[in-house]
Amino acid sequence: MEELRALLKSLLTTPGLSGYESPIRTLIETTWRPITDEIRTSKLGSVHGLKRGTLPEPRPSALLAAHMDSIGLMVTGLTDGLLRITEVGGIDPRVLPGQTVTVHGRKKLAGLVVLPPSNLLPEEFDSQTPPLEYLLVDTGLESRTVEREVSIGDLISIDLPPTELSDDLLVGHPLDNRASVAALTSCLWELRFRQTHWDVWAVTTVQEEETFGGAYTSAFQIRPTLAVAIDVTFGSSPGSPSHKTYPITKGITLGWGPNIHPKLHKIFKDLADRLEIPNQEEVMPRHSGTDAFALQVAAEGVPTMIVSIPLRYMHTPVEMVSLKDIARAGRLLAEFVASLDEKFIEKIGWEEHA
Amino acid sequence: MKALIQKLVEIPGPSGSENLIRQVIRQEIEPYADEINIDALGNLIATKGDISETGLKVMLVAHMDEIGIILTHIDEAGFGRFTTIGGVSPVNCVGGRVRFLDGTSGVIGKEKATNTHNPPTIEELFIDFGVSRRQECPVKVGDVAAFDRPFIDLGARLVSKAMDDRIGVAVLVDTLKRFQKSPHQVYFVFSVQEEVGVRGATAAAFGVDPDLGLAIDVTDTGDTPKGSKMEVSLGKGLAIKIRDSGMLADPRVVEWMINRAEKEEIPYQREVLLKGGTDGRAIQLTRSGVPAGCLSIPCRYIHTPSEMVDFQDVQNAARLLLELLQNPVRLGYAE
Amino acid sequence: MPDPHTSLRIDASQVRLLTRLCNACAVSGDEDEVRAIVLEQLRPFVDQARVDALGNVLITRQGNGRNRLKVMLTAHMDEVGLMLTHEEDKENGIFRFEVIGGVSERQLAGKRIWIGRKHIPGVIGAKPIHFSSAEELKSVISLETLRIDVGPGNSSKVQIGDRATFATQFSRLGPSLRAKALDDRIGVATLIELVKKAPSNLDLLAAFTVQEEVGLRGAKVAAYALDPQISINLDCTLANDLPALNQTDSPGEENTRYNTRLGAGPAIYVLDKGTIYDPRLIRFFVQTAIDQGIPYQIRQPGSGTTDSGSIHKERSGIPSLSISVPARYLHTSAAIARLKDWENYLRLIYAGLAGLSPAVLSEPR
Repeated sequence: MEELRALLKSLLTTPGLSGYESPIRTLIETTWRPITDEIRTSKLGSVHGLKRGTLPEPRPSALLAAHMDSIGLMVTGLTDGLLRITEVGGIDPRVLPGQTVTVHGRKKLAGLVVLPPSNLLPEEFDSQTPPLEYLLVDTGLESRTVEREVSIGDLISIDLPPTELSDDLLVGHPLDNRASVAALTSCLWELRFRQTHWDVWAVTTVQEEETFGGAYTSAFQIRPTLAVAIDVTFGSSPGSPSHKTYPITKGITLGWGPNIHPKLHKIFKDLADRLEIPNQEEVMPRHSGTDAFALQVAAEGVPTMIVSIPLRYMHTPVEMVSLKDIARAGRLLAEFVASLDEKFIEKIGWEEHA
Repeated sequence: MKALIQKLVEIPGPSGSENLIRQVIRQEIEPYADEINIDALGNLIATKGDISETGLKVMLVAHMDEIGIILTHIDEAGFGRFTTIGGVSPVNCVGGRVRFLDGTSGVIGKEKATNTHNPPTIEELFIDFGVSRRQECPVKVGDVAAFDRPFIDLGARLVSKAMDDRIGVAVLVDTLKRFQKSPHQVYFVFSVQEEVGVRGATAAAFGVDPDLGLAIDVTDTGDTPKGSKMEVSLGKGLAIKIRDSGMLADPRVVEWMINRAEKEEIPYQREVLLKGGTDGRAIQLTRSGVPAGCLSIPCRYIHTPSEMVDFQDVQNAARLLLELLQNPVRLGYAE
Repeated sequence: MPDPHTSLRIDASQVRLLTRLCNACAVSGDEDEVRAIVLEQLRPFVDQARVDALGNVLITRQGNGRNRLKVMLTAHMDEVGLMLTHEEDKENGIFRFEVIGGVSERQLAGKRIWIGRKHIPGVIGAKPIHFSSAEELKSVISLETLRIDVGPGNSSKVQIGDRATFATQFSRLGPSLRAKALDDRIGVATLIELVKKAPSNLDLLAAFTVQEEVGLRGAKVAAYALDPQISINLDCTLANDLPALNQTDSPGEENTRYNTRLGAGPAIYVLDKGTIYDPRLIRFFVQTAIDQGIPYQIRQPGSGTTDSGSIHKERSGIPSLSISVPARYLHTSAAIARLKDWENYLRLIYAGLAGLSPAVLSEPR
């Protein structure tokens, strides 16, 4: 658990906004080098870590995907030394005022998101929330300095050190989706001294928060026999509907719906039960909102599954997760992958009589 | 180049009905291209050059299509009802003129408003062909028309319908004609159906399978009274797109363009567009992914019959494009 | 030239097949019941039948002769419906649910439904009118308040994740057919027939697709796998041809937004939200209809999408056309179509296929 906590903290303090994942990519490559046979990078910057299997060629492969990009902000203009901003990925503007941020200009600058007073805003926003374009970032620096150091298009990330609420609970941003990257790493750690029959591609995708571009293109390139997306899901918390959220610390969720191959779901469920990993079914009746949406329709189609880690306050600076749940996800993935043999493909055929 | 621009913008060619504009572009480029192909969706693809050791397969794309309208019904009195092709705002239609592909003209009228506070909807508009009965109507359900407004040269600035993206087409045609030595093999793609969801470019990018992609399209400006809060202005240079609502331009491509613009001292602006997308997105997400970006030409009043560009910006865009193609490119981490 | 299509009829056995298909429950992502019928019907007829990663049924029937076109025909197996999402009251058998595909809120209250593979019966109840104020009666009953009820003691017969459909039995009403899921079981039935009677001048690649109603997903991967030269999509489209009741100043106003009309024959698409259809294929099928004396109509350009929306953009682009049977009240508990429209539909598609050759693609657009 110590190793996992340390990993997660360094994942959280390394930026990687959608489209600009270089820093987090470098960290993941370094972390994975000792625990994979080969590391490659996709054309859009996704990490493809390969653990080779033992079956003869052509060898079936499993793609495990966790997106490494995160939401954030971007500079759209400079006004009197203050920065105007827009979002990268989806951010609720209401959680931003008063938030400390890092502006990635020529060098890193500390910034503060501020909400101008209502007398300086259009009247309609007296009672309504002003949209993001009315918020500003104040670096505390002079106009001249700001104009020299910051350009339009520069990125802004949330600046908040991770906080341990207890041995098990961590608050930090972006736990969406660094928690899953940690789970995937944990899976590789478990497999480190074990052989797999199938090839295993551990992939951290880019651009999930905007275009699912990493998932589409990595699946196209790799053409796996099956794919599993690991993401976070909505943790039960005040204000969120209880029938659509899942308690944290109580295990992982298994997706069900058109983005998920029903037989894969059943196999994961049986496995989780056997391993005594607490799990709940998570219905995703339409778009799952995860990389699986893209993975499933790459090229000729891929059987897909979704494993999720409950997370409170998703897409806010105070996301909260249980380390135990992350470890559970990692273990489930490792055991699943270890169980893949030459007969597995037959188990996920569709032919059936009504 | 102004003559070329005028020729291109005045041709009607809404998404899906690009025959006329495709023919004209083909005539312009035929003497200069190594090879010309038309693919399954109607994209016009011209190639130039061979890949050298330091070279890449580069795909450039400008879309031939413009927004327009399509007839859905002709009523007993000969008035036509229509729906939109691409992002057409009803507000920009009222009192406008449309031209069908066979030359038929019509005027857009509006039902009397029951609530003057709300803008009209497309369903409240109709086309008047100047006839009195359904049987006299020269066109039929399914026929397509473009907005009709002549080109005007204001000297430093040019105004017309369909600057989006005939101005990009003009830049691409101009670049093809002036293309000399290059380490790259360049695919000049004149795409169809961009305005309805970058459809042509999606298929073209798959077919071309490039190493690097660049769209040439228009972008919004923030320099009109109470306009968008955007830093791009007319006359301050071509715009290098960092992002729009469909694409996060590849940072390596952005850097490549900025470096070359600075080296050649070509004025440029950094562009963040909050609403709007281009063919660049289609290239970026094709197959295993392609580093892609967009060279934008600032344009006021996009998707109205009077789109305005700055001629210097256009010339600078063409200049930068040629410089980019003439030099080798080094992008990181591709494999 | 012989007109083989004129011998094509919709006979009792086809109506029986359509009955089975419409009464089957196959909501997007769970197409097993329909898939089984398709495979059972076509296995004896084809060179190759396989089921891909998403559950599409992909079938090849090769023709003979040289220079054959590879033509893909598609029909989607899935229907719109519901999914049970949360067991709210175990003792009383009450479940929350969500809608899959485009079903309007206004069509749900007070309906009987079938749940899951076993068609377990249930209802979507509504508050008795006695409890509703005059004000309340004016507003739409919101999705948030609706629940699926299987009755006390029956919760264990179903589970969350199960799909549900309207409990509508197929029936023949004189010249009309009334059923749920005419969209797109009528396309599926037609495609089954076309595969059985495939003309020999082309290679027929039939794709019975999944998940059309949730984003044209099966068609995308089917098109990639089959890589055809032309694609024709068989679907069912709305006939919105009731008299216009939105009269204000002028009574008896024309209905200008009918989409298609019942009884006016197969509907050929020109443009919808997802696709601008290939003009050469439109002209070809219109000409075929005229030459063969088959009634046809042009579907009004406008909203809606078909599997062609995914298909035409796949790979380097695939010239595509959609042709549909018109039906009223689609995406509700019961739609109505005319038998004659279905028959003309089958005849038109067959005649078109029999006349297709590579020459179509060398025409100017």
